[in-house]
Amino acid sequence: MGWAIALHGGAGDIAPEIPPERRQPREAALRHCLQIGVDALKAKKSPLDVVELVVRELENNPNFNAGKGSVLTTEGTVEMEACIMDGKTKKCGAVSGLTTVVNAISLARVVMEKTPHIYLAFDGAEKFAREQGLETVDPSHFITPANIEGLKQFKEANRVQIDYAQPVEKDVKKETPTGDGDSQIGTVGCVAVDNDGNLAAATSTGGFVNKMVGRIGDTPIIGAGTYANNLCAVSATGRGEAVMRGTVARDVAALMEFKGLSLKDAAACVVEERVPRDNVGLVAVSAKGEVTMPFNTTGMYRASATEDGYAEFGIWPSVEKWVL
Amino acid sequence: MGGWAIAVHGGAGVDPNLPQQRQEEAKQLLTRCLNLGISAFRSNLPAIDVVELVVRELETDPLFNSGRGSALTAKGTVEMEASIMDGCGRRCGAVSGVTTVKNPVSLARLVMERSPHSYLAFSGAEEFARQQGVEVVDNEYFITEENVGMLKLAKEANTIVFDYRIPALGLETCSAVVESPIQMNGLPISVYAPETVGCVVVDSKGRCAAATSTGGLMNKMTGRIGDSPLIGAGTYACNLCGVSCTGEGEAIIRGTLAREVAAVMEYKGLGLQEAVDFVVKERLDEGKAGLIAVSSKGEVACGFNTTGMFRGFATEDGFMEVGIWD
Repeated sequence: MGWAIALHGGAGDIAPEIPPERRQPREAALRHCLQIGVDALKAKKSPLDVVELVVRELENNPNFNAGKGSVLTTEGTVEMEACIMDGKTKKCGAVSGLTTVVNAISLARVVMEKTPHIYLAFDGAEKFAREQGLETVDPSHFITPANIEGLKQFKEANRVQIDYAQPVEKDVKKETPTGDGDSQIGTVGCVAVDNDGNLAAATSTGGFVNKMVGRIGDTPIIGAGTYANNLCAVSATGRGEAVMRGTVARDVAALMEFKGLSLKDAAACVVEERVPRDNVGLVAVSAKGEVTMPFNTTGMYRASATEDGYAEFGIWPSVEKWVL
Repeated sequence: MGGWAIAVHGGAGVDPNLPQQRQEEAKQLLTRCLNLGISAFRSNLPAIDVVELVVRELETDPLFNSGRGSALTAKGTVEMEASIMDGCGRRCGAVSGVTTVKNPVSLARLVMERSPHSYLAFSGAEEFARQQGVEVVDNEYFITEENVGMLKLAKEANTIVFDYRIPALGLETCSAVVESPIQMNGLPISVYAPETVGCVVVDSKGRCAAATSTGGLMNKMTGRIGDSPLIGAGTYACNLCGVSCTGEGEAIIRGTLAREVAAVMEYKGLGLQEAVDFVVKERLDEGKAGLIAVSSKGEVACGFNTTGMFRGFATEDGFMEVGIWD
């Protein structure tokens, strides 16, 4: 037993040649966010507070595909979505189609706590955010030059594929790496458990680069991108369509519950056997304070810490120990 | 075992005082849908086609809460959502916030088959509908007088909940404002609109499919999404089974109800009815919901912890039944 926290900044085809000026800010951000989460757990904040806090930090950081720094829709706009779940009560909140709300994860929490609903989207969600006094800004706030460039490159790369008029294949299609090794898929997420075994999960994203306006991914779908119950908390990332039909987050918990698998084995089973390769990654913690962060993509930005003082960070399969 | 099977539903949570005539109309519609499914099987249509055409029928008929006859938002408009899943390969499609598309389930299918995504909503879904050339109508088409009346009652019921000084209203219209302690989603059962229609099917090749469609919760906030379009919550299909749920959306989402039936079959080896019973008993807590399911072996099952559920079943060996109560 003991507390544990894990967070991710997105899984995808993260090229090993990624230049330092791209890698370092993300590494630094993960370290900073992990520290915030660890401090909050040490201060006995509830896991629900902890995951919200950490995801807010990740949303505010422009280097990840959530909040500021979200990838762009096919029209060059940003549409954000997020989801939060409290393992103890299984209460949850989700939002989609946000364009001005600074912290989507906080709106998801307000939906969970202040409405009889679970999920609000688009205009209705935006309106609710204003009624609740959440911080909103001009949509341009979220758009970064890197993502404008990312959209441009993606459109150019995919023009060739579209010309061959192939039927749309959802799970085989690999994402097209951009020159600097950036991944076009991904999200941010955090899972945490306290000393009493209370669990929570939170995920937030701008979605898929060049996505159709109105496209909803796995992130706000309870059981797909986000899930927490009394056994574990899971936040998934990767190709949304694969995470959704694989009901990834729920399946980790279901394997633990119905087949008695350990957290590690359950997560590995889902990532290795139940979704296509190069599509999915996740972070998960168990009520017992265990952590696992499997992925079947080239890489996944991730970090974790446990009460015994151990902390680690990784992008590709190898990990680096951190001293916090 | 084996052979085709079909189950349909028109929502869980029925007013015990529902007039007999309405009950008859519901049973007739359910029977008609079963017969449509049966003809489709005889023409060897695959499961995915059958669920779509049956749910289209349910959407087009104004009786239940989907398509025409959908429950109204707080603004008095209709916002529909639907999802469809093909057990083969677990392909899926979903839409939310649809306001002009005549058959949301068909739009969900197009999302599955003709877009690179699985779920489209609001203006994006409407835009896609136009690109695909599906039939669109004015939002008014979906609004029935009866639901306009129901919305008014729902708003009053909410007012009553908050302000006990307002005397209980003598309501001039329809069924029941008999003092009923039964509530769902915070509304008295007389005003609550059972929230969806759905169909699950297994064809003679053992392929399962599921589809669910709804106008959602009466008097809902604009932008509210329920369980019906959420894969794993309101709808799920895999190589073992097809499931469609209905009832209190929150409970269904938290319980990932549709996926749960398949998960206990797959991971615990339970049979279809056992799985359905387990899920309804153990996964709903205080929530009220119902579901229908079919297995790849040609079985049908249903379970609900609500007062009643509009449902019908038919299997290849000639079994056919429609029901409302326990």
